[in-house]
Amino acid sequence: MVGVSDTSTAERTRAARRTVQDGTVRPAAGAWRRRQRVVLGIAGGVGLLVVWEAIARLGVVDARYLPPPTEVAGEFVRQLASASFWTALALTLRTWILGLVIVTVAGVVLGFVIGLSPFLRRYTTSTIEFLRPIPSVALIPLAVLVFGVRVESALLLIVYACFWQMLIQMLYGVRDVDPVAVDTARTFGLGWFARLRYVVWPSALPYLLTGLRLSATIALVLAITAELVIGVPGLGTSITLAQNGARVTTVYALTVATGILGLIINLLMRAVESRVLAWHSSVRGEAIV
Amino acid sequence: MKRVASTLLSTFALPVILIVIWFAATRQQTSAFVPEPVSLVKTFGEVWVGPAFTEQVVPSLIRLAAGLAGAIVVGIGLGLAVGYSRVLRDLLEPVLEFFRALPAPVLIPVLMLLIGIGDAMKITVIVIGCMWPILLNTVDGVRATDSVLTETARSFGFTGVSRFRYLILPAAMPRIMTGVRQALSIGIILVVISEMFAAVSGLGYQIVVFQRTFKIPEMWSGIVLLAIIGLVLALLFALVEKVVLRWYRGQREVENRGG
Repeated sequence: MVGVSDTSTAERTRAARRTVQDGTVRPAAGAWRRRQRVVLGIAGGVGLLVVWEAIARLGVVDARYLPPPTEVAGEFVRQLASASFWTALALTLRTWILGLVIVTVAGVVLGFVIGLSPFLRRYTTSTIEFLRPIPSVALIPLAVLVFGVRVESALLLIVYACFWQMLIQMLYGVRDVDPVAVDTARTFGLGWFARLRYVVWPSALPYLLTGLRLSATIALVLAITAELVIGVPGLGTSITLAQNGARVTTVYALTVATGILGLIINLLMRAVESRVLAWHSSVRGEAIV
Repeated sequence: MKRVASTLLSTFALPVILIVIWFAATRQQTSAFVPEPVSLVKTFGEVWVGPAFTEQVVPSLIRLAAGLAGAIVVGIGLGLAVGYSRVLRDLLEPVLEFFRALPAPVLIPVLMLLIGIGDAMKITVIVIGCMWPILLNTVDGVRATDSVLTETARSFGFTGVSRFRYLILPAAMPRIMTGVRQALSIGIILVVISEMFAAVSGLGYQIVVFQRTFKIPEMWSGIVLLAIIGLVLALLFALVEKVVLRWYRGQREVENRGG
């Protein structure tokens, strides 16, 4: 039973963990079945490209606005050979990483501070629940006024959007600590800091990583948004430049590039998660649901 | 009685403190960037109450609603098919992974090329951007259908449409609602930035106009309005979810009590 309806984030986290587990640690499937998956997967991808090529070549959609994938692929390769593409990519990645670092540090510190104190937890809930659903794009005009096209504009959006995600995961993680483990640690004479390090931290770690994985995706979306809408330098700005210069094929090639970037980030975060949590039962995969 | 008072205290203490700090901090300053609470409320009334609401806010909300409705229909439809058929799942998995990873805002320039800058573009962007969380959650939900229920439905001869209607759709519903919740926040982002990008009406457009003409209090009132819309939609969603998943909550409670 996969239960995810509740507003409870703990439940959602557990379900999310289970999904990860479902995606990465499948019960051993037959080699034949695996081959079938690969073959069909490739067929699906190729099929999509063929349909796209046909639509473009047969003139169903004006070829000026929808170049065929063969041309987009050529442009994509040209982009890979150009320095400006890599500069833009590096800028986007820098924004992304900076945003994630700030969010992680802020989320973890405040998560521990608020989560470990029942008083603070009780008195901050209403404010957190009020601020959380505010869409971060509402801050775009403010970012433009205060920071202009500097990287801080993008960071403001990223941090606002991801911070709540991270904080809430941490609050649930800190609360998820097994009270018996805490009492045991106390009995064995572990001090406050040692308990934090050896009991609370490991319990909260899976939640932290779930928060990080969700934040990684959101941060990329908002980094690209800031580049497209505000003009913070990066891949998004390259796309608007290409669009303004009517270089349609370049727009498509760069769009595909951001998709691939997103894909790599997803795979990376999943790998980090299963690596860091290799000891954790949800990843060890012993308890297959 | 005492408990009610203490709940009220813990709910309102921090917000009240923050508002008081805001009042105190903006009392004698003249920074153009930071609004002062009283004038913000006044500007909010002047700017958004009246014709501006129907001219700027309602079109945005209609686009959002149309886009979300489209995303829900397409997402659940495709999700049921993909979740149900293993061949279809194998065939589409890499393609779906790619589109899920594609940051939705980059679709705006592409769709502007393909279908112009009208309402059709904005609604299509929302449909395409919001579809993935719903679709992927539906697929997971369908796949996680309880095997005892599946067998029972088979024994009782549920086939075709009734199988989807009475077994698969309800089983996937909790996950579908999770997907819709994620889609809701993506939808708000997309409607606002597609209007900032290319529009002559709508909330996103109006806020950018205020910002470009340095009407700072008006711009802040727009930010507040977006915040209110975000909050109201979150509350509405919680309400809908409560109704749609009432049976599920009850079931969970019974299970939890039993376990």
